[in-house]
Amino acid sequence: MAILVTPQTKLLVQGITGEFGARHTKLSLDYGTQVVAGVTPGKGGQFFEHGGHKVPIFDTVADAVKQTGATASAVFVPPPFAADAILEGVDAGLDLVVAITEGIPVRDMVRTKQAMAGSKTRLIGPNCPGIVTPGTGKDSHGGCRIGIAPGYIHKKGNIGVVSRSGTLTYEAVWQLTSRGVGQSTCVGIGGDPVNGTSHLDVIKLFNADPETTGIIMIGEIGGSAEEEAAEWIAQHCKKPVAGFIAGATAPPGRRMGHAGAIVSGGKGTAEAKIAAFKAAGIGIAATPSDMADTLLKMM
Amino acid sequence: MNIHEYQAKQLLKQYGVAVPPGDACKTVEEAQAAAAKIFAVGNKLAVVKSQIHAGGRGKGVFKDGFKGGVKLAKSAEEATVHAKAMLGNTLVTKQTGPDGRVVSTVLVAAAEDIKKEFYLAVLLDRANSRPLIMASTEGGVDIEEVAEKTPEKIIKEHVDPAMGFQPWQGRKIAAALGLKGDLASQAAKLFAGVYKAWWEADASMVEINPLCVCVGADGKEKMVAVDAKIGLDDNALYRHKDIQEMRDLAEESPLEIEASKFNLNYIKLDGSIACLVNGAGLAMATMDIIQHYGASPANFLDVGGGASKDQVTAAFKIILSDPAVKAIFVNIFGGIMDCNVIATGIVAAVKETGLTLPLVVRLEGNNVVAGKKTLAESGLTLITGDSMADAAKKAVATVAK
Repeated sequence: MAILVTPQTKLLVQGITGEFGARHTKLSLDYGTQVVAGVTPGKGGQFFEHGGHKVPIFDTVADAVKQTGATASAVFVPPPFAADAILEGVDAGLDLVVAITEGIPVRDMVRTKQAMAGSKTRLIGPNCPGIVTPGTGKDSHGGCRIGIAPGYIHKKGNIGVVSRSGTLTYEAVWQLTSRGVGQSTCVGIGGDPVNGTSHLDVIKLFNADPETTGIIMIGEIGGSAEEEAAEWIAQHCKKPVAGFIAGATAPPGRRMGHAGAIVSGGKGTAEAKIAAFKAAGIGIAATPSDMADTLLKMM
Repeated sequence: MNIHEYQAKQLLKQYGVAVPPGDACKTVEEAQAAAAKIFAVGNKLAVVKSQIHAGGRGKGVFKDGFKGGVKLAKSAEEATVHAKAMLGNTLVTKQTGPDGRVVSTVLVAAAEDIKKEFYLAVLLDRANSRPLIMASTEGGVDIEEVAEKTPEKIIKEHVDPAMGFQPWQGRKIAAALGLKGDLASQAAKLFAGVYKAWWEADASMVEINPLCVCVGADGKEKMVAVDAKIGLDDNALYRHKDIQEMRDLAEESPLEIEASKFNLNYIKLDGSIACLVNGAGLAMATMDIIQHYGASPANFLDVGGGASKDQVTAAFKIILSDPAVKAIFVNIFGGIMDCNVIATGIVAAVKETGLTLPLVVRLEGNNVVAGKKTLAESGLTLITGDSMADAAKKAVATVAK
């Protein structure tokens, strides 16, 4: 079944006509993803054309949902307008909004998260690579690719991957695929301090998904989301989990690229997170090169 | 982005937060005038404070041996002498590192008659994505130590972002700090002002340590923010022109400023193996794997999703300007970007910079076969690694010799 999205999921893209959004919409179409609509205010009625696909563009998300039945959205809208775009998706009743945009002010996300409470919409991101549920075709073609991950590195299978970082997700996925092991779904939850979906949220979904038989959880310095997930895993998770925490060598008080990757006031250290993983029985990859092997040894 | 104490106080003042009267001075003459003003209105004591972004100023030592980045003065003359000793001098504190920071501004302010010190901060609680007010009766000391040894002495109050800070919350915190009567109502107003400043400035943190009960010249007690520190959300700076102007480039590393011009995210560290990586997570992990195999990373460097020839060349130049660097480890997982474009960029950058240090390259991803071929046929003496671990071991081996 995979989690969050399946190859049948109907996707709309907010910001489809921007350079970044357009480039990745083309890649998703090439991958075989059901991109059914685009939204760019003021460009309603036009079409996004690529490789024989003709995707209708709408002025509003509500219109796009009504006309096409889209249930998920990828947000490629620039930072000053991204929170507004997310809330438009929530208002339109989407099941899933995946915010790829990097650089959204924290205050905007604090308000957005508050405003979303009680809605049916799940937000993934922002500042994330997105989600991939691999397909069964060549190079996992025919899957659902929402965001900016390279589709071809995936392979249909049974391992769930959750990470804050894009390139580390790709690294883990490629390690699995190179060993002939496929993935159920790969989720990048994003590197910002305020995000819509946590490690724990995704772990719970993987735990409940009959298709997922093992999990790779990649964390990094900052916050305490990894510790919370580890605590739950120790109590409830029925599946083997292997993990890696990035940033053991990062100096305290410095933001390491991601807005959320910072050790401040002695909180959010790699040491504390690794200790929490160990206490929860999560397999620790000694290096980022060993993520897949660490999990496979546990299975 | 961080701002200086005097800038933080200017900002807080706009929100009705009382701060000691004083002026930021860039010259001895300005300091003299500011000090004279303070003593002219009946103050008995002034304080001269070095304005640098690092903490531990009071216990810091200047490079010429002058002790203390924060000094009290009993007269305008004494304050001027202190200002003269500090301005243009380099202050080394436990947070600056051995290089220290040049003091180009001093804050000359009235030294308040302090009766009691508290701690106050507003920050984001990442665990529930809500603003958090932290206060403590243990002010003027290292709050991390208080949190560790006596956590019960830290008062925490979350704020509903839609509602904003409420008056009852101000009364609650004031009462918990043991404040009564007029001081309690002053404190409640001050908390509301500090929260509003945090929210409206898009701050990541506002810290007032100490927040003091002071006795004014009129004998009345008042709540005063004696020190203040503000960190700002870089992502929100675009909507705060006034705060952008507070940026002090002298407080930032020249290499990091240079890197940002090329959209490179570079942070200098103390090790000998420089890294050039795409993606923040992989960049951190690359530093970690270097350490795992027994060497130390010289930097964090994320070239982002593009990694053009110009970017790679700029990155090499920045890396090579650090004399501690003994080898370079390029670790690229080119998911979408073409590995051959990156390989071409690497070859061009090596030729342009005349690189002589060992270079270890690990390329993976899109069009990797062509990329590896480009590297192999370049005639350059570079070392390639098949996996991240393989390449990291080889990079460490080059500096172990």
